[in-house]
Parts: sequence; structure tokens; C-alpha cells
Amino acid sequence: MDSIALLLAATLNAGTVLAFAALGLLINERSGIVNLGAEGMMLVAAIAGFAVGVSTGNDWLAFAAGAAAGALLAAAFGVLVIYLNTNQYATGLALSLFGSGFSAFIGIQYTQQKLPERPHFAIPGLADIPLVGPALFRQHPMVYIAIALTVALAWFLYRSRAGLVLRAVGESPESAHALGYPVRRIRLIAVMVGGALCGVSGAYISVVYTPLWVEGMVAGKGWIALALTTFATWRPARVLLGAYLFGGVTMLQFFLQSEGVQVPSQFLTMLPYLATIVVLVLISRNKAFIRINMPAAIGKPFFPGS
Amino acid sequence: MLKLEARPEQSRLMSIGSPLLALLITVVVGAILFALLGKDPARGLTMFFVEPLKSVYALTELAVKATPLMLIALGLAVCFRSNVWNIGAEGQYVLGAIFASGVAMSADKSTSGWIVVAVLAAAVIGGMLWAAIVALLRDRFNANEILVSLMLVYVADQLLSYLVYGPWKDPAGYNFPQTITFLKSTQMPKLFSGFRVNGGVIVALLAVAVFWVLLFRTYAGFQLQVGGLAPAAARYAGFSSRKALWTALLLSGGMAGLAGGLEIAGPLGQLTPYVPAGYGFAAIIVAYVGRLHPVGIVFSSILMSMFYIGGELAQSRLGLPKSLTGVFQGLLLFALLACDTLIYYRIRWQAARPVPLKSAAISSEHKVA
Amino acid sequence: MSAPLSKRSVIKLAGWGSLAAAAALVGCGKKEEAPAAASAPASAAPVAASAPAKAEPLKVAFAYVGPPGDGGWTFAHDNARKALEKELGDKIVTSFVEKVPEGADAERVFRDMVGQGNKLIFGTTFGYMEPMLKVAADSKDVKFEHATGYKQGENMRTYDSRTYQGAYMAGVIAGGMTKTNTIGVVGSIPIPEVIRNINSFTLGAQSVNPKVKTKVVWVNEWFNPPKETEAAQSLINGGADVLMQNTDSPAVLQTAEKAGKYAFGWDSDMTAYGPKAHLGSAVINWAPYYIKATKEALDGNWKGGTGSWWGVKEGAIDFVSISDKVPADLKAKVETVKAGLKDGTFEIWKGPIMGADGKEVLAKDAVADDKFLGGVNFYVKGVEGKVPGGDKK
Repeated sequence: MDSIALLLAATLNAGTVLAFAALGLLINERSGIVNLGAEGMMLVAAIAGFAVGVSTGNDWLAFAAGAAAGALLAAAFGVLVIYLNTNQYATGLALSLFGSGFSAFIGIQYTQQKLPERPHFAIPGLADIPLVGPALFRQHPMVYIAIALTVALAWFLYRSRAGLVLRAVGESPESAHALGYPVRRIRLIAVMVGGALCGVSGAYISVVYTPLWVEGMVAGKGWIALALTTFATWRPARVLLGAYLFGGVTMLQFFLQSEGVQVPSQFLTMLPYLATIVVLVLISRNKAFIRINMPAAIGKPFFPGS
Repeated sequence: MLKLEARPEQSRLMSIGSPLLALLITVVVGAILFALLGKDPARGLTMFFVEPLKSVYALTELAVKATPLMLIALGLAVCFRSNVWNIGAEGQYVLGAIFASGVAMSADKSTSGWIVVAVLAAAVIGGMLWAAIVALLRDRFNANEILVSLMLVYVADQLLSYLVYGPWKDPAGYNFPQTITFLKSTQMPKLFSGFRVNGGVIVALLAVAVFWVLLFRTYAGFQLQVGGLAPAAARYAGFSSRKALWTALLLSGGMAGLAGGLEIAGPLGQLTPYVPAGYGFAAIIVAYVGRLHPVGIVFSSILMSMFYIGGELAQSRLGLPKSLTGVFQGLLLFALLACDTLIYYRIRWQAARPVPLKSAAISSEHKVA
Repeated sequence: MSAPLSKRSVIKLAGWGSLAAAAALVGCGKKEEAPAAASAPASAAPVAASAPAKAEPLKVAFAYVGPPGDGGWTFAHDNARKALEKELGDKIVTSFVEKVPEGADAERVFRDMVGQGNKLIFGTTFGYMEPMLKVAADSKDVKFEHATGYKQGENMRTYDSRTYQGAYMAGVIAGGMTKTNTIGVVGSIPIPEVIRNINSFTLGAQSVNPKVKTKVVWVNEWFNPPKETEAAQSLINGGADVLMQNTDSPAVLQTAEKAGKYAFGWDSDMTAYGPKAHLGSAVINWAPYYIKATKEALDGNWKGGTGSWWGVKEGAIDFVSISDKVPADLKAKVETVKAGLKDGTFEIWKGPIMGADGKEVLAKDAVADDKFLGGVNFYVKGVEGKVPGGDKK
């Protein structure tokens, strides 16, 4: 039983990484912008966070640095895509490539560095409850922040005026524009906030998850986060659950291995991606269904005054 | 303050100037990076732009590297021109390599050299099959082709991994994840002895010619382009968007598969987990920088190869980090995309005009975001 | 539509041609100097014209599969390279290329090394085997040394280290320190070398604690810290309280540190990465071999076509930085084993040894030879699970 509790704990940890990034991308995509540069942003944020963590010893500053790095790159992306109307997919890809090269570049002097000793977290009292305690209450505060963020984001999107405007911008920027809303500014803010969250995710990887810097350590999690946002049909709560699911698959793979089950690990690793395709098919099948679930203007450039 | 003003029509000059300007920006930033790293910028730049062209061997290596990029980019150019966003060329490339290997493994000592044709044909089929999945899902279920093709890249990688770690592993290979080294008969004939470059280069150049004809001289190509540029007009003219979708995806999938097959029948010579080299993604940049034009793609694929090889040389000769290649590639595309706006917009310098108080209220209501 | 297009292409050709020409003019004047990565003293670079008996320094090049900063495999090789420089001073000039991918691209790197005048080239991973063979065949005057491979040539030979000896010594400590009688290994790629290490680890543990069981999890890569972290975590989840790894980073040690378990350093001394969890490091010291090989190349005694497999005896393998947490008698046992390995009186792979399927693989008092060891593709008794890809005896 103990191992199940530990498996759950590890899943929460792994899922938090994806959750932050996917929630950020969700904000992006709700405004109509697809940022394929998630991987690049996360990598640069990871090295930024690690570097700050090493020099200041303060985790929270590291997360802030990661967020700042992500927001900065996202801003560059945003200016190109929103104001200069460059192709979103190509620009995002360029960001990805640039980010992975750039992060490796500045990371060179950090490959041997270590962070100060990692603190242990436990909520007093709750952490000692058998089974549930070790599984849920010994996590890094960021895990709980991710959950809180999900709730906040859901409230923001569906219960606040600002969230409504954001969704409107993503559904029909022309209508929002006609109503007088500064579509491009809103999109830029959304992109930057999204970038900041991807940055937090990146910093979490290098500061909490695997406290090291290694080139390419994000290892495709940015792309998974992109898939996750779609898989969760752009709804915050589903994103969080999906993050845990996707995060859990890798742990599941190792769990099965160490229990002696002989499924080729590659098929397990394929699962999240196949699942995403299935979900995509399901939600896109019906034109009406799509309209309910997918921001209609996603990926399309917006020309005010056209 | 600087203001962007839309041009009445696209600037012809900037269409050509934009890639050059982007290259220039990349070079300048590169020089700065080299200086920051304490290396001579001029030497750094020669690693990237001169060394790869210096000797016959270097030129052949350039050709070896450029061939897959060119092939994939040609297919992608057709795709992007038709507004079909195939981001999953990497996965189609891997499937091509897998199918090619499957055929190559069936060769034995008595097989004639003609098996190469079968190997390549299998590769094309493999890539097409993988792209067909994307086309089917988009056609039947409206599933976004970007995400589906991207997801399939991961699935392809895992499939490859499964095969080389499992059923296709070389029994005499000490349990290392790789297939047997394929027999010489399955390999493309080399063009000159002592160099790695093989008939693949000829195939690539032929493909350039074929695609040029296809895009600019055939009715089908015309339909594809109109479908991408003005979908409403295409619908009105009766051009089938469904046909365009399938054509674009099958074509680009086939080309990506062919590239994979040529690598198997060429420099790689066996199937390993290292087959996915990122060519499918780099080809997107190649396609863009080459302006989605077959001839432009020839040049941009050479340029991209120079970045790859130059990065290696900069590392081995100057001790510069390998990550520079990725930085350059990303920078080039960024700069290109930014410079491309100059094709559609002019930069104007406008002095900020003082707004009279009276009309301030009215004009702010009409302010555009 | 055709005329403007071809004009465009011509202009483009002219544009890029002139850019290339400009770059060529810039680069034209500079001749190729010695690689900047060499840290040999300045006297290494100039020609021998002035000094009487001083010969042109031997150019030695290294191809690494990872970054020297990986804290593991490549770090060990790079440390040895630096030791080589220190030992042979201005007789040699070394350089390296990092992160050379295993596969076709490696060939280009090796050819470039040859083209740059390197006469002794070390390739530090299995995946360079085929590319090195090809380049060696074309460059008969260059000597090629391939680590962990099995194909040789007239001017190419292989070298390896008996990492399983380090694994055994780690196992002795693991067996003594485990409280759950479950120890875990994060495996990289299921090749004989790694399986042998897992087995040796288990044999070492069983020598002090016959009840011990080993769990194995495979990441299928040499180096992937996040995945190694997850694998280590799953071993801990499964009850293992002492971990070992055959992967190239300190991630497993760090995970153990975080979870309050024990682990070892591998390839290099990893104490700093997990001070509370670290029990000892099984390190590889490539310097003795590199110095020997380079001296042979300098003296003209280098011969290809052979394979060297060095261990504790030759100074290539060591077990260092044993933690104070390890009780004195356990420490003493390790030292005894080490001494026995050094003078050849102790054999790790000496029968009776049972396979995990219950069949005897080594009869009583039989000593395994290198051929047997090289083909280990089975688990010994006490290791849970099956070898990926099936047991082959």
C-alpha cells in the first residue's frame, strides 16, 4: 500500500510540471494564439531559474526568474505574431529552436553546479495520516499552488468579465474589436502571462523536480503540455487532471517495470500522445461540438481595420 | 515614433531582400555572441560560412546533409502553400526509415542492387501512410492537422525505439539497440569513391525540378496554390479542398519518407534510435527561408546544412559550444519572419502629433487597439 | 509567372554568392592554427625548427558522447584527458569535441579530426564503432582507440574498464546498509556491460547479506536526468533503500538524498551531489590507460587489433569516498576485496553462481573468463524481473 501512496505523490509532482505549462498555454490559446515555442521558453526559464537559485539560494526568486524569462520570450513572440502578423506556427517553432540552443548556451557554466540542500515539505498533522498523508501532504508548495491556480483560472475564465473578454477575443476577435476592446493588447498580455507560467514550469523542473542543470532537460514536456491543453479541451480543471494523468504515465511505466510486468515501455510512453489524438478526433468530429470547445479563432491572424 | 504602414502591394524587392537581411542580422548577432565568448568573431563566422565550402570533401558533406532537408522542405512547401500545416514531417521521416529498413533487412548476399528501388519505394509508402492518418482525421473528423501530426511524431519515435530494442535488434549486436548493418546491395550507389555523397543528391535535385513544374506549370499546382491563398475563391472555382488536403499531405509525407529512406540507404546504413535527427523540424525553417519556392529551397537547405556542419566545426576547432547551431537556426527564422513584414509593410517615421484637448474625447473612442 | 521568378532566383544566387565571397575574403587571410581547446602551455604550438631534439607535439583528439559537465561518464574521460596533459606536457596537444552523436554524423567529426592532423584519436562510446572503423580504414597513419567496443582493425583497437568490480564493491556496502533487504538499480541500456554490473552489484550484496533482493528499472538511455529521477523514485516506491545506477548523471543520487535513502556515485565521485545519501563512488580512472596508449604512440610501440580490459589491478577502477556512515567492518571488507582484486587473489565471478531461473551458470570453483563475462545476458539469482529482450545464455 505504501508504494501506491508514493506513486500518487510522485504523480502529483510530475503532473505539476505539466500543469503550470499547460495552464499557461491555455490562456494563450483562449486568446487565439498558439505558441509552439513552449519547449524553448521552458528551457530558458529552467536555466534562468537554476542560475538564480544557485546564486541566491532562494527558490522563490528562482521561480520568479523563470517566470520573467518566459514572459520576456513570450513578449518577443507576441510582438512578432500579434503586431507584425507573422505566421504563428513558424514563429513558435523558431522560438523553440532558439530557446533550446540559447538555454544550452548560457547553461554551459552551470552544468556542474548544485543548489543548496533541498528542503523537505510536509503539512504538519495532515502529513501523518496513513496512506493519504505521504501521498498528498508532503509536496512542495508549488504543487498546491498549481491546484489553486487551476481554481482561480476557472473562476477567471467563466465568472469574471475580464475572462469573458479574453474568451471573446479567442472566439471572434473581429467582434471583440468592433465592440472597442483592444484585441491585440489583450492577446499580448495573454501571451506574456502564458509565457510566465511556462517559465514557472521550467524553473520547477530545474529547481524542484531534478535539481540540476542539464541541456535539454525539459525533454519534450513543452510539447506534451501543448498536447495536454488540447486533450483537456481548453478547460482548466481538465488540464490539471490531464496533467496528473500524463505525468503519471511515466511513473506508471517504471512502476510496472519494477513490479516485473513486461509490457514494452515504448507502448506505455506512446499512450499520452495517442490519447490526445483520440480526444482531438472526438471533440472535432461534430462541427457544433468544436464550436463549443475550441476557441474558434485559434491560430488565425487578426488584422484590425481589415 | 516608428509606425508600420501597409503597402498597397507586396514589395518585390523585399521578397528577395528579406532572407538576405535576416541572414545579415543572424551573422551580426552571431559575431557578437562569438565576441562575448572570447573568440575571434571573424574566425567563428568562417567556421560557419567558409569552412563547409572549402574542400571537395566539405562540399560533399554539405550535399549529404542538405539532401534530406531539401526533400522534406519541398514537400512542406506544397503543404504550406495549400494552407495545410504539416508539422509532423519528422514522424513521416522516421516511418520512411522504418519501412526502408524493413525491406533492407530482407536482403541477403544474392540480392541485386535493384533492391534499392524497393527500399526507397517502401520509404515513400511509409511516409505517405503516416501522413495519410493525419489527412484522414482532418478529412473525416476535422481534427487539427498540426496537433495530430505533431503527436504522431512522438508515436513514431516510440515505434522506432520499440523496433530497435525489440524485434529488429541485431542478434549479434551485444544487445545494443540497433539493427544489423544493411548489406551493400541495399545502399545507394556512391557518386565518387571516398566520399559519402550518393545518388540521393541527384534524386533531390530531380525533385526540385519536378516540384517546380508541379507548382508553377500544372493545373493541379495552381489549384493547390489558390486553395491556400484564397480559399473562398478556390471554393467558388470548384477546386476541391479535400483533394488539396490529401495531395498536400501525401506528397509531403512521401517526400519526408523518401528522405528517411535515403538516409537508411546512405549515410546511416542501419536503423538506430538516433534516426530522428530533427530534419523534419529544420525543414520547416528551410521551406520558409526558401520562400516556399523549389529553387529557394535549394539555397536555404545549403545554408541550413552550413549551420549544422559549421556548428560542429566551430566546436571541434574553436571550442565553441554546440548549442550555437540551434541558436543560429532559431535566430535566422525569427529574423526572417520579422523581416518578412517589410514585404507587406513600410516603416514610417511619424512625429507624434499633439492632440487638441477638445477632440481628445472623440478620438479616443475611435482608437484602434 | 515564369520570367520574374527566374530573375528572382538569379538575384538570389548573386546575393548569396556575394555574401559567401565576402565571408571568404574575411576568412581567407587566417590560417588554421592549433585547436583553441588545448590547454597545453604555449610552447606546444610553435614549430620544432629552433629547439634541437624537440619533436612536433603529437596531436591527440577525443570524441565525447556527452558534455564534460555531465558529472559522470564524460566527466571521467575529460579528467583523464587533463591528467594526460599534465603527465606528458608539451609532448602532446589535446583537443576534444563534445556531444558527438552516435551514428552517421560521428563519421564527419572523426574525418575532421584526421584532417586537423590528429594522430591518436579516442572515441569514448560504443556507438562510434562503425564510424571509427570506416575512417580508420581510410586513414592508415592515424591510430584509433575505441572505448567499450568489440570491432578492431589494423590501426584501431578497443579498451574498456571493469566497471563490474566497482559495482561489486558498491554491492558489498549496499548489502550491509540496507534495512529493507531490497536494493535498486537504475539501468541505462540493457547491454551485457550493464547487466553484468547489476549482477555484480547483487553478488557483492549477497556476500554480506544473502537475503538481499535487487530491483531493476530501465530508462533506455545513458543520460536523461529527469527520467533517471523518475526511475529512482519508482525504485524507492517499490521498497528499495539503497540505489545504484548505470546512467551518467547524479540524478539518482539526488533523488535518494531527497527521499532520505542511500545511493552511490558512478563513473565519478559524486559525493557533493548528495552528501547525506552518498555511501561511496565507483569511479573509473581512464588516465592510466590514456597515458600508456599515448606513450606507446609517442614511442612507436602502438599496435592495433587488440582489446584492453583494465580494472582495479591496473588502476582503472576504484571505489572512493566511502561515507562515515558505513560501519568499520563493512569498510574493511571492501578494502579486502579491493586488495584482492589488485593482486589478483580475489575473483568476483567464481562459482557456484545461480541464474535467476534457478539453473547454475557457473560451477563450483569455476572462474569466469573474459569471454563469458563479455556475453552476460542473464540475471543472477536475487535480481527480480527479466532481462529486456529475453534471457540468452
